[in-house]
Amino acid sequence: MASFKPTKVYTYPKLGEKVTEDTLYWKNYKAPVQIKEFGAVTKIEFSPVAPHNYVVTASTRIQVYRPQSQEPVQSFTRFRDTAYGGSFRGDGKLVVAGSEEGLIRLFDVGGRVALRQFRGHSKAVHVTSFLSDGYRVVSGSDDLSCRMWDVASGTQLSSYTEHTDYVRAGAASRLNPDLYITGSYDHTVKLFDMRVGGSVMTMQHGHPVESVLLYPSEALLVSAGGRYVKVWDLLKGGQQLVSLKNHHKTVTCACLSTTDNKLLTGSLDRHVKVYNSSYKVVHNFDYATSILSLAVAPDDEVMAVGMTNGVLSVRQKKHTNDKQEVLTKRRRTPAYRVFKGKNYIPKQDDFLVSKPVKQHLQKYDRQLKSFQVSKALDSALETWRRFHNPEVTVAVMIELNRRGTLKNALSGRDEQSLTMLLNFLIKHVTDPRFSRILLMVSDMIIDLYHDVAPQSSIVERLFQRLLELLGREAELQQELLQVLGILDTLFASLAPRQEVSGPAAPPIMLGSQQQAA
Amino acid sequence: MVLHSIGGFLVHKMRDPVLDNTAWLKTYYYYYCYFLCRFLICGSGDSVKVFSTSTEECVHVLEGHTDQVTGVALNPANHLQVYSCSADGTVRLWDFIDGILIKTFIFGYPILSLYVSEKHAGNFQLLALHLPKVPDQEVEAKDMFAVLCDISPNPGSTAFGQGGEYIASALGLRLNVYFFRKQKTYRFSLKATDKKGAKNAFTCVACHPKDDCIATGHEDGKIRLWRNFNQKKEYTYSTQHWHHNAVSSLCFTPEGMHLLSGGVESVLVQWHCEEVNKKDFLPRLGGAISHIAVSSDGQMYCTSHSDNKINIIHCSFKLSAVIQGLVKGNIWTDLVIDSRTKALVMNGRPGHLQFYSLQQDKQLYSLDIVQQEYIYEEGLDQFEVMKAVFDVRGNWLATVEERGRDSDLEFALKLWGFNESAQSLELNTTITAAHQDRITSMCFSPSTETTMLVTAAKDGQFKVWLLGTDSETQKEQASWSCDFVGSYHGLQPTNCCFSSDGSLLAVSFEEVVTVWSSDTWGLLTTLCQPPGPIRELCFGRLSCSKYLACLHLAVTCFLFDKLLEHVFVFRPSEPRPLFTQKAVCEGKVQRCVFAPRAEPLDSCDERFQWLNRSRLYYLTEKMELLSFSTQTEDERILKSRKQLLVDDSVAVTPFYLLLGKHRRQQEEEDKLNFMTNQVSERTQHPQASVAVKEHVLFFFFLLLKIIVLKIVLFSFIQYGTSLEEEWRDTQSKLLEV
Repeated sequence: MASFKPTKVYTYPKLGEKVTEDTLYWKNYKAPVQIKEFGAVTKIEFSPVAPHNYVVTASTRIQVYRPQSQEPVQSFTRFRDTAYGGSFRGDGKLVVAGSEEGLIRLFDVGGRVALRQFRGHSKAVHVTSFLSDGYRVVSGSDDLSCRMWDVASGTQLSSYTEHTDYVRAGAASRLNPDLYITGSYDHTVKLFDMRVGGSVMTMQHGHPVESVLLYPSEALLVSAGGRYVKVWDLLKGGQQLVSLKNHHKTVTCACLSTTDNKLLTGSLDRHVKVYNSSYKVVHNFDYATSILSLAVAPDDEVMAVGMTNGVLSVRQKKHTNDKQEVLTKRRRTPAYRVFKGKNYIPKQDDFLVSKPVKQHLQKYDRQLKSFQVSKALDSALETWRRFHNPEVTVAVMIELNRRGTLKNALSGRDEQSLTMLLNFLIKHVTDPRFSRILLMVSDMIIDLYHDVAPQSSIVERLFQRLLELLGREAELQQELLQVLGILDTLFASLAPRQEVSGPAAPPIMLGSQQQAA
Repeated sequence: MVLHSIGGFLVHKMRDPVLDNTAWLKTYYYYYCYFLCRFLICGSGDSVKVFSTSTEECVHVLEGHTDQVTGVALNPANHLQVYSCSADGTVRLWDFIDGILIKTFIFGYPILSLYVSEKHAGNFQLLALHLPKVPDQEVEAKDMFAVLCDISPNPGSTAFGQGGEYIASALGLRLNVYFFRKQKTYRFSLKATDKKGAKNAFTCVACHPKDDCIATGHEDGKIRLWRNFNQKKEYTYSTQHWHHNAVSSLCFTPEGMHLLSGGVESVLVQWHCEEVNKKDFLPRLGGAISHIAVSSDGQMYCTSHSDNKINIIHCSFKLSAVIQGLVKGNIWTDLVIDSRTKALVMNGRPGHLQFYSLQQDKQLYSLDIVQQEYIYEEGLDQFEVMKAVFDVRGNWLATVEERGRDSDLEFALKLWGFNESAQSLELNTTITAAHQDRITSMCFSPSTETTMLVTAAKDGQFKVWLLGTDSETQKEQASWSCDFVGSYHGLQPTNCCFSSDGSLLAVSFEEVVTVWSSDTWGLLTTLCQPPGPIRELCFGRLSCSKYLACLHLAVTCFLFDKLLEHVFVFRPSEPRPLFTQKAVCEGKVQRCVFAPRAEPLDSCDERFQWLNRSRLYYLTEKMELLSFSTQTEDERILKSRKQLLVDDSVAVTPFYLLLGKHRRQQEEEDKLNFMTNQVSERTQHPQASVAVKEHVLFFFFLLLKIIVLKIVLFSFIQYGTSLEEEWRDTQSKLLEV
């Protein structure tokens, strides 16, 4: 005698992106905190020393925030016009920033008044950075020049005018105090060596460069501009390693996470993308507006993103002890169940009588076992089950249909349960996983109740809604079929070309060889 | 049934487990207290089998009848003896402890049932019901005398009552009760239908052993208890209703405390005679219950089922033993040999696959494919296993289950992996919408590197499924996913087949065979075969497989006019059938399969060498599984049946090959489509001679006529000119050699 086989509930494959370790890592942030700035947030930089304060450049202010607080700990407001490119010195004590009027100011983190002002640029200065020795500042300006300033004296040390368009990106080497990199709107990235007194390497990015970035090893260089992000190998003389085109609008910023050196890029298309070491996108953050600046704190504790509408979005990392707190809050159930003789170890000669294992069945299965079809459907439509496990409800319906008793189970229902059933249908009938059986159920319900539906206004309204829903779905399906037809014609028009290209291939190859030669 | 054919051959019936509707799998349970052993005696085909109820083993097979055994009854005078009656017109008396035939009574009419009454002092009485003349005959020694006329051929509809005082029999809407003492018959009739549209026809009768009470079962599931039936007018009856379909069997316990009933629902119901409303149920016993028997001490019940199963139930309503033969039912899957257990795999219980050991002649286990509760209700469309395919090593099983007709067809493709630790097949992947339409064919790749399945379906596509691990999350088990979808000019694929090394895949689309490379999934070549759509497709193996090296695909198509029941065995190298056997069975041969032998025979007769390494099993329409055996082998079987129990430890050869079947509904012209390349003779014939002869494979145009039936056997294989040239080259080289 076989035991009763419970209703088979299908497990459907999860839709959407797959859960990987990377997604788990990057999803492990709390909900973002939004801080409103006065204008577009153009630059964010974290201090390299603990507690890793970060400097935010927005409109005419430069503000320093603590990672945990939402109020600025320091605010530099002495700018007459828009400030740009606020950045820390290696010890986190000094901040330098350029501005629209061409003046570069140097602040002490503790004070409010500028310690130094470097005059010389004739146009706006978008890029400022300390060199790694900490005594010099490099700046890039819209007047096409890059200048070197001495912090102690406040004088200009040198000036290079090698770019032919605005200089909008720059990065100083951390290993060598004489190297820095600039990116310009003239589509080039240049590597300057102070000892040589000019650029030693030029890389063609192909688009106006918005951001440059050096890997900690300083063997790899990342440039972002246009829709492209390119990675260059400096040790191979600036050979392009990879070109990424994952954004559909201009990429404005790039940064590296400190664990595993994952590359993050932010773009005007409102996305931040995370790449793995083989430059495949592993995660994606969506934001409300276009992104101008992006920074990740050491240990990836904080991720700050600045946007065009002046919103600074800060995400804090979740910690495991937060979870534990939640767990301890949950009350433990009292351990009142005592199993008598649970620990009894049978002796060698004992005759063991095995107890028959009682099959535990769900309520709907028990009712199905005794052929109570209406009741089984009722228990499958219980509120909790209906909302949390619609697949169970659907599985019971499939089982009833297989037994040929679905119509019996659906018939003879009062207004309340019919309303419940219709609401369930309206919610799930367009779900492709369930639509097959639910359409059958809708059909049966309409057959059974169309005569009596006008007696109840609620039921009639629900019927109306179901009808509208199905009509919309039919339209959508039709449109999808049209698109499919268009695609088919496209593929069909492509297919013969491929066949033609077979014999025609050799001349093309010859041509390409000639080009290569 | 043993047939002697001209060639000194014996057609040995492996097992005849199933009886058709007119005959009855009558079970008789007997408890023998003196020897403290318990036996169950049942008629099975043309033999009577004695089973031990505790071990479920077959103790004796009583052979001697030449036709279906229709009834078994214990000798009331001697509890060591049993009577059996058969359709061959004889009643035989056996000693079932020793398995000896004691007496044979010859009647000359087919006997459909046998009843024995204890009280008819000294001499047993036999009641033989004979259908053509419909007399009812009582026999003492050689005298017959008709008790009742117009008797139903169903043995369940006649019963002796209360110590043999009367006999009750039902036919149609009438119940006849004959009293031996008064020598008078009372007739009670029911109306055909009442107001509620009930169907009142009688289906079975049982008499209370201690009381004047007759229980009758009816077609609409009612049970009526008749009393006062020794009067014409003042009889009474009460009605009980639980079964939703016809009651097929009724039985009282020896003390008359309980009444047992069963029907198509496969639920054994125990009615308490004192308390009318109290019932006990034992559900899900197997197929429809066809017969219920109770042991003489009332300790054991026994139900026999339509799917060739006997359940032995303790009186406390607990199942104590199951005797399961080859499950009767519709067979949709081909006969497949599982290379691990060497069992024959085919449809079993509804939604199951049965693994039937050919060596031990018993069911090993039944694999639940559908995993849904089976509802025993007529006219209900439920999932059935339609296809089953094993891979070469027996690690994977692919099954297709179907439900519904063309418009609302539901089907699922399931893949089962062999679990080494559990030593059983476990469900790995379920694919619910593998194709748009019905799957026509599937096959596993024989290559060892990849585990690959190809399915071809009526929606014009064939799909390649690969076993792969999810690289992103290692936790999940390896599962199957679609790797490639192929089609050819929108034609419907009919068959698919891999070459023996797994490098080539051949898919036939109606008249065209397409050959695909399994590495790149590029279409390599197409072969056209004009005379009709291709029914079967197979690559050559072993001795023929070298022709794959020159890219020749051995596609042969044999068409058989199967007017009578013949079996043909071909050798791939020869156009003439190697062996022909006429009239091997009644009805048509449905399917056949080669199974490897446990130990090769060394027959010197050249004609039967193909039997040395394998056995040909075939399944008839009546669900009889038959096989060929040689004279020597048969003698050995008779000598010791135990020898069959020796387990098979011979290495598996990738050797089984299925001979497909195809039938057309053209009058009686059933054409069996036979696939050759049986390779049964792989070692026997010398290589050199093969090379010269082999061309017949490729240019096949043959016409064969055999006396009654015309066998048209033609097969065209057209190759591209390049292939033809290549073939000529190789041929000339071979000739030079």
